[in-house]
Amino acid sequence: MSLDFLTYGFMQRALITGTAAAVCCAMVGLYLVLKRYSLFGDALSHMAFGGIALGYFLNVYPIWTATAVSVSAAMGITKLRKSTKISGDAAIAVMLSSGLGMGVILVSAAHGFTIDLFSFLFGSVLLTNMSDTLSFIGISCGVIVTLLVFRKPLLHFTFDEEQAKINGVPVEKLNYLFIALAAVTVIVTMRLVGILLISALIVLPNITSMVMGKGFKKTMMISISLSVAATVIGIILSYPLNLAPSGSIVMTLVAMYVGTLLAKRAGLFSKKALAQEIS
Amino acid sequence: MNVLDVENVSASHNGALAISKISFNVREGDLLGIVGPNGAGKTTLFRAILGLQNYHGKIKLFGYEGSQYASLLPMVGYVPQKVSLEPNFPATVYDVVEMGLLPEKKLDRGAKLIQNCGCCWNRIFGESSKNSEKIEKALEIVGLESLRDRRISELSGGEQQRTFIASALVKEPVLLILDEPVTGVDMEVQNKFYSVLRKINKENKITIIWASHDLTAISDHATKVACMNRDLFFHGEKEEFFSNKDLMKTYSESAMQMHMHNHSHEV
Repeated sequence: MSLDFLTYGFMQRALITGTAAAVCCAMVGLYLVLKRYSLFGDALSHMAFGGIALGYFLNVYPIWTATAVSVSAAMGITKLRKSTKISGDAAIAVMLSSGLGMGVILVSAAHGFTIDLFSFLFGSVLLTNMSDTLSFIGISCGVIVTLLVFRKPLLHFTFDEEQAKINGVPVEKLNYLFIALAAVTVIVTMRLVGILLISALIVLPNITSMVMGKGFKKTMMISISLSVAATVIGIILSYPLNLAPSGSIVMTLVAMYVGTLLAKRAGLFSKKALAQEIS
Repeated sequence: MNVLDVENVSASHNGALAISKISFNVREGDLLGIVGPNGAGKTTLFRAILGLQNYHGKIKLFGYEGSQYASLLPMVGYVPQKVSLEPNFPATVYDVVEMGLLPEKKLDRGAKLIQNCGCCWNRIFGESSKNSEKIEKALEIVGLESLRDRRISELSGGEQQRTFIASALVKEPVLLILDEPVTGVDMEVQNKFYSVLRKINKENKITIIWASHDLTAISDHATKVACMNRDLFFHGEKEEFFSNKDLMKTYSESAMQMHMHNHSHEV
């Protein structure tokens, strides 16, 4: 198989954007999964869909409206959840349906858009242009650096919110910061796998790495590696096989998860742990 | 000097009054055992002290309230009765103990406040200990060195509890609040834990408040006793509590009443 297609500009941009989104998703996703917020990414992406529709409706660059709508909705829902004490899954359902509802209304009010709605639903990483690539790299670097700076209080807050509070971690502010980071990550990832498949990139690499029984740092490193590997493999495979890149990325992640579960069943990880303990 | 002043504190738990107008103080170096039946409000009292619970009344740390209280709060080590853990949480014992560490800046700020009111703060691990050394020593104190790289979720309840004790010690606390800390821990480790408790209380002058149902352990290790059941009905020297038969009777009756009350609710 010739790999000449890797020299194409659109392919390189897709790989760069994909890698940036994959790293952000794996990092944000680990905290989301551990806080039992796995579907939060899905809810945010549906809000972002409403935001994109709003952008097209108002003739504004849709990425900015999507960011504004999903960040403010995420903050709003967190406040609502606290003040009304509704459960996490109900709050996610409210966000998810209101975002999609808003999007559908705007699309129908404008009698449909000239843009391809399909590309937002299922991703269009091969269509990323240079300015998108640059802004996604910038945003991703911002998310990654912020997560690294706040990694210790974030871990403490995720593990035990009350102990973190006693230790003087500004729990509420950190929560809002984290939600904003999650919303921005979703915007970046939407281009890669689309609104409907975002949860896969947030959840799958993390639950796969968690199966391996390592500590927090190693789990995050493994998760980032799996996420990047699946994205690169998925994009590269999609071109010669003429498949949708989002589908092949997600199915690569699913294959990794199933493979890891089978390996665990075969005793691969526990044997290693046992050997370590004996030595 | 008082480390803690609790003045007329009332608080509710799930809409019901859990503690009513409780007042007592804890002096520097006290090892105060708090006894009381289930549902007596011990945990609610601790949560009020730790800023996790709304309350009426006044609580002071080293005589401070408000923002200075908040600056000192991180130097309070807390081991709760039970921590609910996410089953697959990828944190090792070392990771969890590390979470307890406080930045030097916070310790310095707290130490200055403590000195300003004429008290002293003794570090458990010495002035120049690096963070990694503190963690290793804390693990050694609770006897978990060999399990440092194991995931916390894979450990037994007792081992998890020891991890949380190490996490409370590693912050070099000025006050330790322990809510039934050795529930589910085997006798050997219990004895080791009590000797550690006495050691850090005597040698490092760390003030300790410790809730327990184990009257023998309280009688063996505490220096003072408080007895509560929504209200505080005794606070004083250990010897006084254990030699006063009327008090012991009141405690037993009160515990029995609470037991019957809980039981009738269950039925």
